[in-house]
Amino acid sequence: MNEQELHDVVIEALTDVAPDIDPARIDPGADLGEQLAIDSMDFLNIVVAVHERTGIEIPERDYPKLSTLDDAVAYLLAAQQRGADA
Amino acid sequence: MADFLMPSLGADMEFGTLLEWRVEPGDAVNRGDIVAVVDTSKAEIEVEIFENGVIDELRVPEGTRVPVGTVLATLRTGADDGPAPPGAPAMTVATTPDAPTGTVATAPSPKPAAMPPPPPPPPPVTLPQFASEEHRLRVSPVARRAAEQLGVDLTAVAGSGPDGAITKGDVERAAAAIARTIAPAAAAAGPAPTAAQAPPPTPPPAAPEERAGAMRLAIGALMARSKREIPHYYLQTQIDMSSALAWLEEENLRRSVSDRLLPAALLLSAVAGAVAATPAMNGFWVDGAFHPADGVHLGVAISLRGGGLIAPALHDADHKSLDELMAGLRDLVMRARTGRLRGSEMSDPTITVTNLGERGVDLVHGVIYPPQVALVGFGGIGERPWAADGMIGARPVVIATLAADHRASDGLAGSRFLTLIDHRLRKPEEL
Repeated sequence: MNEQELHDVVIEALTDVAPDIDPARIDPGADLGEQLAIDSMDFLNIVVAVHERTGIEIPERDYPKLSTLDDAVAYLLAAQQRGADA
Repeated sequence: MADFLMPSLGADMEFGTLLEWRVEPGDAVNRGDIVAVVDTSKAEIEVEIFENGVIDELRVPEGTRVPVGTVLATLRTGADDGPAPPGAPAMTVATTPDAPTGTVATAPSPKPAAMPPPPPPPPPVTLPQFASEEHRLRVSPVARRAAEQLGVDLTAVAGSGPDGAITKGDVERAAAAIARTIAPAAAAAGPAPTAAQAPPPTPPPAAPEERAGAMRLAIGALMARSKREIPHYYLQTQIDMSSALAWLEEENLRRSVSDRLLPAALLLSAVAGAVAATPAMNGFWVDGAFHPADGVHLGVAISLRGGGLIAPALHDADHKSLDELMAGLRDLVMRARTGRLRGSEMSDPTITVTNLGERGVDLVHGVIYPPQVALVGFGGIGERPWAADGMIGARPVVIATLAADHRASDGLAGSRFLTLIDHRLRKPEEL
């Protein structure tokens, strides 16, 4: 998946747990939990959804690396690359 | 014959709106079947029936707001009548003298004359962005599910939500518009189609602001009653979470994403075991006396997006494994926030747990949910200085609090109860 597709996957996972979110208003550099009131249960559901759609395994200790939209997309791109190289 | 009543879905509920019937006269029902959807001021709740039998008559049409205890439907139970005659649904309509035939195809019982006609839904507005194939359809999960149930083509629905998102209301309006075009033909043809095929145009779903306002009032009334009537006493204790979190991290490393546990599951498990061992915290204060509950049904406080909260039950939590508690919690949170809860979950929690989560402040002094007698609160888990063996170090710590009804228990019992939770969290492998 390219960057745009991964971006869309994250947005879709976000709007599934929080249907009231307007994707256009997400600040890509700001903490998702704080700006969107995402709690740990929501976050887990987002990680599960992203995993189901991309196949990318996200270990729990990497959760902080997905704290903003930009970070999450960058993390998934890199993880996907690692998977392709392996 | 038995009556199916508007249930009390929590102590704060006085009225409910019958949103949707899931059964028709003549349908056989079993204990636990979902027969109707009721809108309390707080949420849409799927209501179960608690007897086996055959639905005889639906007394209250969809869209009607009635007091708790009103007879919604009558039920033929095996004891007093035979099975439903095959033609029962059609007969009911045909023999009712003043049935307004041909008006509402889906309502098996006649609507009272006083019922105002349903307000016409706003005309569908086609937003320009949906003309473009490239624009991704934005649909909330609730709306998607509603569309599946109602057989509505989402690409033909205009969204009224943020950025043109399709809401459940949009889907229901679209379905109602379709129903109006097919209903007259169906009514003329004979027995009513099922509700799923042709949903009635009533009632329009409450606007989010309306629901938020109604929920504030309901929470306000119940909490005021709690503070007025219940002599609360409060206790708190700090719990060292290092063993629990270390165990959890190790455990989650072995698990795939979808099976991972959250600290909340450990907290709930610890509370459930402690509640089972402390009957004085588990039950209801009713008519001047404490009535211990039979099972441990943890009411889990869940904050809703857009404000308000709801505390549905995780049933028999003391008999559930961590995996079962985690799955139950995920399911409850998801249904509370985007879908529907069930009547039994709303009416029978025996004690409430509120967990501020990882971004939460240090501690919470809860307000007991009447007629329950206790509420356990957890603040955020954070690193704090911890003295042990003459040394001070940093450890992950959570502050557990108890708000309990002094009519039902004393501080000593409460203190033992919190200590029990602490001990259980220090041995996570036994949870």
